[in-house]
Amino acid sequence: YQRRVRGKVNEKIVSLISGIVGPENITTSESARNLHGTDESFHPTRAPDAVVSPLTTPHVVEVMKVCHAHRIPVIPFGTGTGFEGGVGAMHGGICMAMHKMSEIVEVNACDFDATVRAGVTRHQLNDWIRADGLHFPIDPGAGASICGMCSTSASGTNAVRYGTMRENVLNMEVVLADGTVVHTAGEGRRPKKTSAGYNLTNMFVGSEGTLGVITQATVRLHGIPEATAAAVSSFPSIESAVDTVVQIMQCGLPMARIEFLNADMIRACNAFSSLDLKETPTLFLEFIGSPANVEEQALLAEELCTGNGGENFTWATEHSERERLWRARHNCWYAIKATRPGAHAYSTDVVVPMSHLPEILLFCDQLAGKMGVPAPVVGHVGDGNFHCFLLSNQDIDSETNLIRDFSRDLALKAQSLGGTCTGEHGIGLGKRELLIKEIGPGAYETMKVLKKAVDPLFIMNPEKVIALEQLIS
Amino acid sequence: MSGLRVLVGCKRVIDYAVKIRVRPDGLGVVTDGVKHSMNPFDENAIEEAVRLKQKKVVKEIVVASCGPAQSQETIRTALAMGADRGIHVELPAGTEADLQPLAVAKIFAKLVEKEKPDMVILGKQAIDDDANQTTQLLAGMLDWPQGTMASVVDVGDGNVTITREIDGGLEDISVSLPAVVSADLRLNEPRYATLPNIMKAKKKKIAKMNPGDLGVDIAPRLKVLNVVDPPVREAGEKVPDVSTLMDKLKEKGHL
Repeated sequence: YQRRVRGKVNEKIVSLISGIVGPENITTSESARNLHGTDESFHPTRAPDAVVSPLTTPHVVEVMKVCHAHRIPVIPFGTGTGFEGGVGAMHGGICMAMHKMSEIVEVNACDFDATVRAGVTRHQLNDWIRADGLHFPIDPGAGASICGMCSTSASGTNAVRYGTMRENVLNMEVVLADGTVVHTAGEGRRPKKTSAGYNLTNMFVGSEGTLGVITQATVRLHGIPEATAAAVSSFPSIESAVDTVVQIMQCGLPMARIEFLNADMIRACNAFSSLDLKETPTLFLEFIGSPANVEEQALLAEELCTGNGGENFTWATEHSERERLWRARHNCWYAIKATRPGAHAYSTDVVVPMSHLPEILLFCDQLAGKMGVPAPVVGHVGDGNFHCFLLSNQDIDSETNLIRDFSRDLALKAQSLGGTCTGEHGIGLGKRELLIKEIGPGAYETMKVLKKAVDPLFIMNPEKVIALEQLIS
Repeated sequence: MSGLRVLVGCKRVIDYAVKIRVRPDGLGVVTDGVKHSMNPFDENAIEEAVRLKQKKVVKEIVVASCGPAQSQETIRTALAMGADRGIHVELPAGTEADLQPLAVAKIFAKLVEKEKPDMVILGKQAIDDDANQTTQLLAGMLDWPQGTMASVVDVGDGNVTITREIDGGLEDISVSLPAVVSADLRLNEPRYATLPNIMKAKKKKIAKMNPGDLGVDIAPRLKVLNVVDPPVREAGEKVPDVSTLMDKLKEKGHL
């Protein structure tokens, strides 16, 4: 920060914060700091100077006031399961670790909503409401915290049915950089829809800790499906698989999940899980509804699959059978990591309109060929979103650079096709340049204006989403 | 086999995810305002009964619970999972902690007399008292064979083959019907109650009675003297080398 003095976390600061949250809720131990500067991303650990674990919103407010007065960076931390380096303390500062705020405040089963504090994970909430026949279905794979999911606007395999966090957050309590407490839809309110003023809720959803600390969220709940059916089908080509997906969507089939694995991915999954799926593009489908309904859906999907040359369409309703059919899909990440033990795995995250999927999947394949690496792909094809997993030895620069280049080229291609460089994971540290390209000068300028208005000292998770130099210039 | 009748027991307990707090009087744990759920092992018991019904081995599932007014919610959950009708043996509010396995077994013995089931399935133990006694006591009272800690239940013609989870591994036994079985966690994966089934369950019948109606004396035979938290874990001590470690261990009498 050339223009602004950046504060240091010295003994005085630690003492001040200790006085607010209690000495047991602040630590400067090396292992705690390293843990809180690390996530699941490609980016190396950037440890904060101290880790603070508030118990209440007043704790958060008072700690923010201290940090604001002394210009100390603050990095909110949920579960550290992010993929884009969101937790790295690039300029030191305080990690605000939210896990001790783990209360489920209220569940309104009749209204299908629940309010949770920042430390509550989705598994914890789903466990709590299981007897009500309800669940919070957004499933990003990881055991993420709900407010962390708000922060990155997380999504999951069933976004095609339930939407992403954007569609499922009704209200949030956010503490701003100066300690102001904001209830984005008004305190205690939980209307299913609203036209009241600016949409602050969705301004903070996806803001990756750069606009404030999310301390509480009210989210939509959905009924646990009555019946579920799962199906698998292999295809002779990527086009035939994607054509099938397009037709399925156009039939209005209310898919719960529709996932695509390419041949490279199937090969790795076969090896890892001792399966014998045909090594060719494969679709994994999931249907939900009443028992009669899911059968109807499965049979229609079968017709569409075989109509496009799909083979070996198999479907099941029984729980263990469904697990078996989807095993390849569930173990993807581990299957790829197993192909090169010890290597670091990176996931791309582009989205394109579904009609452009075959083109970009082909591009991805060719790009991988050019760079001499395998390109296993798993895609949430109902959303036009796919992930290509790349492995590298983080200590070898050429490998790290290769991944950087691959990711950038793929993202640029997605942008050229009317898509986005990140469907689920966020901008974080690695996609800031891509964001500028993607949204254009008008929108980018507006984002900078918002950031400067809400965090004029730039202490909220500096360097994420928008680089400091962009804000200062 | 024309289809068996199964009596399943379930208990309303503090939810397993809740952090338990000892009561200030040291005679129990705080239950007021604390989330309660069906005992997890009872979920396995009900699930097994429902699966047997789906296989048409069982034709009727009766679920019974002994507890305060709120135990009705637990019974409704069982009905939503697929039980056909319920029996609520109601206790006065605040007395549920005094209901011990011997009393529960006596109550169930009376229910067996009334309902004449071919099999009784209970959860192997409740997660609040961890007693693991009711099944065994009930079998003794009825003079029925028992298959406890079941991880596999296979109903044949007039008999049941059970795989039991025991300390040394697994044990297969065969018992003749009628029998009492207790469900272990690995028996099955219990289904969730879904919204439509929860709605339908509201229409299923729950018969209400109290222990007196069954002529059962439920007075506790065991008295709780004291309930305390486990001791707080103390910080460890780092030592610079092995010889210091040896000295410390000797000092503390561990060597």
